[in-house]
Amino acid sequence: MGIKILQDECVGCTLCVGACPFDAIDMIDSKAVMNDNCTNCGACVDACNFGAIIKEESQMKQMDITQYKDVWVFAEQRDGQLMDVAAELLGEGRRLAEEVGCELSAVLLGEDVRDLTDELFAYGADKVYISEGEHLKQYTTDGYTKVLSKMVEEYKPEIVLFGATHIGRDLAPRVAARVDTGLTADCTKLEIDPEEKGLMQTRPAFGGNIMATIICPKHRPQMATVRPGVMERAEKSGKREDQELIEFKNDVTEEDIRIKILDVVKAGKASVNIVDSEVIVSGGRGLEKPEGFELLQTLADKLGGVVGASRAAVESEWIDHDHQVGQTGKTVRPELYIACGISGSVQHRAGMAESGQIVAVNNDPEAPIFSVADYGIVGDLNDVIPKMIKAYREKV
Amino acid sequence: MKIIVCIKQVPDTNEVKIDPVKGTLIREGVPSILNPDDKAALEEALRVKDQHPDTHITVMTMGPPQAEEVLIEGVAMGADEGILLSDRAFSGADTWATSNTLAKAIEKIGRYDIIFCGRQAIDGDTAQVGPQIGERLGIPQVSYVEKFYLEEGKIRVHRALEDGYEVIEGQSPILLTTIKELNEARYPSIPGIMRAYREDCIKVWTYEDLDIPSTDIGLDGSPTQVKRSFTPEQKGAGEMLEGTTDEKVGSLVQKLQEKNLI
Repeated sequence: MGIKILQDECVGCTLCVGACPFDAIDMIDSKAVMNDNCTNCGACVDACNFGAIIKEESQMKQMDITQYKDVWVFAEQRDGQLMDVAAELLGEGRRLAEEVGCELSAVLLGEDVRDLTDELFAYGADKVYISEGEHLKQYTTDGYTKVLSKMVEEYKPEIVLFGATHIGRDLAPRVAARVDTGLTADCTKLEIDPEEKGLMQTRPAFGGNIMATIICPKHRPQMATVRPGVMERAEKSGKREDQELIEFKNDVTEEDIRIKILDVVKAGKASVNIVDSEVIVSGGRGLEKPEGFELLQTLADKLGGVVGASRAAVESEWIDHDHQVGQTGKTVRPELYIACGISGSVQHRAGMAESGQIVAVNNDPEAPIFSVADYGIVGDLNDVIPKMIKAYREKV
Repeated sequence: MKIIVCIKQVPDTNEVKIDPVKGTLIREGVPSILNPDDKAALEEALRVKDQHPDTHITVMTMGPPQAEEVLIEGVAMGADEGILLSDRAFSGADTWATSNTLAKAIEKIGRYDIIFCGRQAIDGDTAQVGPQIGERLGIPQVSYVEKFYLEEGKIRVHRALEDGYEVIEGQSPILLTTIKELNEARYPSIPGIMRAYREDCIKVWTYEDLDIPSTDIGLDGSPTQVKRSFTPEQKGAGEMLEGTTDEKVGSLVQKLQEKNLI
């Protein structure tokens, strides 16, 4: 089981030591030896030029995976409003369904949410499965897990996608466990293996320092959560004749739900929507003081954009968490991202590297943000930004 | 009251850097820490014990032998005992196999009122192990707990949403996953540190100690597998604009205009 180093084949070249992300290989008497840090990730297998490291096949019990077909998207709604991520998942789900050669379905749970089905059809769902009831009005782990697990067991989808929201990330692990399958969290890229037709799920790990491609070869459905803002949303189109609404009767009772939601409190102030903005002017520790964001706001207003922030700026309490871009904030892909005084940790880059054009302004020429920037300006942002505002006013 | 806190030792991912030439992780000097969300979980359990001194807290972790360090830290902060689940047979576990192993160990402990877990660990960020332990044990859960109250046997929490929070009431046994914003954790106390090292309060359980089939743990119990891991592609560095500030800004505005971005 797991990774094995064939001592007779090992030439002691240490290539694997450098390739291992987990410091799990020691050189002992000029031979590579695995220590307890090994996570069986397989990076060393690819790195070894001598065939001395092998991945042994697992002894896992196998389920009959051939009965499972179609791509399902969990169409999350709150208060009768479809979440944006549902449209993104339908866009991505359509692409996957075409590659696999199967249908795309949306699954909708709630109370009196039937009017959302037209929207799901418009986003291209071939089928919409709907299950309604008073005990599904609000999301609860118990209620939604019960219904969704039963639907999965009855209809046997091959792939199930969830938005990596606070609800998706609460529900998906519970459903995956109940139907005894694998789940990959916070995927940023999904592909279909051209030969095996399995789902290849790529996600950041280690705080975004490494990417891992995860597969679920022997269990179905293959389940994944996907970060909001990462996938391209489906285009709306007219209703087709062959689209089908399927009603799923549920038997969720009050007793099934073992917690009680006493109240739902919405955050008081209107939060900024950085995810949907085409221009983001972002600030970091280099602003040196909270007032720096006023300057960035002026530029953002001129450009018709919004203000973003690094974690450092948010943790300094210079700006609200709603503005945060990165691994622990939001993933954004605007047309234009202007990073001001942001060093560009890997966690920050993970949240903005897919932006159309990236401009970085920083007084440190070695700042890692320049490695992802299309245009870099080394300089004091208190000098550069006002000049940008002025130049913009004159030229545009 | 009996509380079990599941914690994890993680590399401090904020300290990890990428070698700009080789594109590999620089691991040297990266400290191992108690995962921040888990520390909040432990702190909240300790606050229950502050109020109700007869509370018994077990900290539990699965990991290599050196993961004992976070259990020692937990006991030094005030937990009563630590249990380390450590065996090569557990390695290579995904979240499901990890949850199976932890749930089995929790069943072996027996009675409990609350299980606290951190929402997610900074090395994996999956947020799956807590809910999957809950599922395996068949108990309810509340994730993303940002406030916790215990009043007359009733558990009341605030569960963070993207744009607010829910006020939720539950009853034990229950599993709660906590976010680090829940509280400010205390430091280990001197008597706590002395107790952690002097008394025999850390147990090690191996595969033999758990009544669990080998097909439920480690790599064989993991539906998901890592096919490949790699460092993120570095986008080729762009153009550094030269000249005086006015010249740099001028050429930037011109370039962005040419691309119809402004």
